[in-house]
Amino acid sequence: MRSQLRPETRIDRCFEALKREGRPAFVTFVTAGDPDYETSKAILLGLPEAGADVIEIGMPFSDPMADGPAVQASSLRALKAGQTMKRTLQLVREFRAKDNLTPIVLMGYYNPIYVYPSEAFLDEARDAGIDGMIIVDVPPEADEELCLPAIQRGLSFIRLATPTTDDKRLPAVLANTSGFVYYVSITGITGAAAPVVSDVRAQVARIKRSTPLPVVVGFGVRTPEQARVIADCADGVVVGSALVETIRTTLGTDGRAGPDTVSAVHRIVHNLAAGLRGAAARV
Amino acid sequence: MPAPTTSTTQAPNSFRAGPDDHGFFGLYGGRFVAETLMPLIHELESAYEAAKNDAGFQAELRDLLEHYGGRPSPLYFAERLTEHLKGAKIYFKRDELNHTGSHKINNCLGQIQLARRMGKTRIIAETGAGQHGVAVATVCARFGLPCEIYMGATDVARQAPNVARMHMLGAKVNSVTAGAGTLKDSMNEALRDWVTNVRDTYYIIGTAAGPHPYPAMVRDFQCVIGNEVRAQMQEREGRLPDTLVAAIGGGSNAIGLFHPFLDDKSVKIYGVEAAGHGLEVENGHAASMNGGRPGVLHGNRTYLLQNEDGQILEGHSISAGLDYPGVGPEHSWLKDTGRVTYVPITDKEALAAFQLCAKLEGIIPALEPSHALAYVLKLAPTLPKDNLLVMNMCGRGDKDVFAVAGYLGMKI
Ligand SMILES: Cc1ncc(COP(=O)(O)O)c(C=O)c1O
Repeated sequence: MRSQLRPETRIDRCFEALKREGRPAFVTFVTAGDPDYETSKAILLGLPEAGADVIEIGMPFSDPMADGPAVQASSLRALKAGQTMKRTLQLVREFRAKDNLTPIVLMGYYNPIYVYPSEAFLDEARDAGIDGMIIVDVPPEADEELCLPAIQRGLSFIRLATPTTDDKRLPAVLANTSGFVYYVSITGITGAAAPVVSDVRAQVARIKRSTPLPVVVGFGVRTPEQARVIADCADGVVVGSALVETIRTTLGTDGRAGPDTVSAVHRIVHNLAAGLRGAAARV
Repeated sequence: MPAPTTSTTQAPNSFRAGPDDHGFFGLYGGRFVAETLMPLIHELESAYEAAKNDAGFQAELRDLLEHYGGRPSPLYFAERLTEHLKGAKIYFKRDELNHTGSHKINNCLGQIQLARRMGKTRIIAETGAGQHGVAVATVCARFGLPCEIYMGATDVARQAPNVARMHMLGAKVNSVTAGAGTLKDSMNEALRDWVTNVRDTYYIIGTAAGPHPYPAMVRDFQCVIGNEVRAQMQEREGRLPDTLVAAIGGGSNAIGLFHPFLDDKSVKIYGVEAAGHGLEVENGHAASMNGGRPGVLHGNRTYLLQNEDGQILEGHSISAGLDYPGVGPEHSWLKDTGRVTYVPITDKEALAAFQLCAKLEGIIPALEPSHALAYVLKLAPTLPKDNLLVMNMCGRGDKDVFAVAGYLGMKI
């Protein structure tokens, strides 16, 4: 039953290829429509060449409770520029027209999906070329609502495991997870304090004993050095706040995209990717 | 099974049996929080279940409610208001006389006892009007626990006396500038704190909302209101009340009054929502059940003010305590089942009721119960003289004196 529900996806193929190359995945997060639709599209389209292996696209929400100031501000910028769930799906369609390889994972909160409503959203997401989703506020206790319908459509439902996910709970968290497992390296919100590497190493090892899926680590990773160290103990690293923070610093005084908004994001992604390849070179 | 979007409205055998094991009242409620918090939510649920069934815990709580909180609060016959309205016989449940000035202390005494039992060493809370913040700061002072209160910047300005009280009680008050700087934003920020400090911190939610078990737990702690009314009315009039009226922010004072009577079919029940500038004004009110639709926010599914895209609206009410785009999930269910009728009252109507109450009864009410009172002004004249009506006077107006003086153009 389970394997039937898990056809091979772009995510699976991506991690298999990385494994053959012997290097960790670099997962980038940006918010759809930040700072505006066109700039966001240009950022997304250039991410793979800059070094992103997997792209997480944030679906802006008015009340991002699990996010720190950088992602909150990014979400609000996108909403202010008129981003909606429909436009986020459109953005993915436009990306897919040019890139049919790079895995895309949507990340966000339940309410905008619930009122879409869920079934219609999942259908459209699959048709748009989305590979998986991370929905922060839908725990395994509510799998029937969104996770199982997503799996039925061939979408991976990627679960967050956290430092508070103990051994008793881990099986429930992993049960319907596919694609990869996202280990949240700290108890906290996005963009907060950097993780303690020895803790991360132990936790990732613990999770890997319970699942064959790749484990990527995120929350609090900002610099190439941190990325390299974290990647040493996981199958990949997620960077988000540092990217949307870069967007913020390039905006004009009117809050609109500046001349180097797109290139600045691609530059930091390039540098982080280079840092990660340093990790690969050492193993 | 797909995500349900409608609920059955057929009447259950009992209206008092919820929530189910997963924290649902029909379609509403649940536990929609980040994974980091889930283990804690489960721990809290078992700790609360154990405490609820522990006679020692309950005895200690009763003692605190009586000698520290000042319970029972009187059931007062509002004679002049009754004469003025020439209809139902109006009683006020005087929860504004509690220590700290509102019903919020009932819940805080319960939860602080639970936090201590769970070995938590730091307390956080959100607050709108500041009444919950003051009650939390009070119990933290009483039990020697450090506390941090999150309060929207708009509310910090319009409820300044309560900010000063919290400081005097030793609490740290964090002004939240995100969004419109009201209750919703302070709740987001409190949740972010909780996720970050989850191991040592207890989050005292101030209303009957949030992830399970909060809606049921806060309700249980507030049911002291309705249970007292039942006994007091029996003593005064020898029977049950006919009509109950209470204001709805998140819905804790209301559910505390309503719940003990939900299965008494003869009792008509009205919850009063804040209609701000009017239900027809977009984003100009805080009436989530009269002007919103079901969605998921702050850990539960419930009626929410939101736009077409599922983005939450800020809403508006003159009353900081009612200025919230959601409502406790049990109320959403009571609305759909038809057991409780939810009605809107505007800023203007609430202000008029505030002034009438001060002049007729010598009681300056908080702006929150002024909404309930404004509905009583409409309802009571339509009822016979032997109709026993109880309105929950859930807070006193000291905190609102400056803001109301401003609205009325009075110089202080
Ligand atoms: C006096 C008073 N009444 C009512 C409320 C609204 O909350 P609830 O609906 O939970 O009773 C508040 C909230 O701050 C309040 O201070």
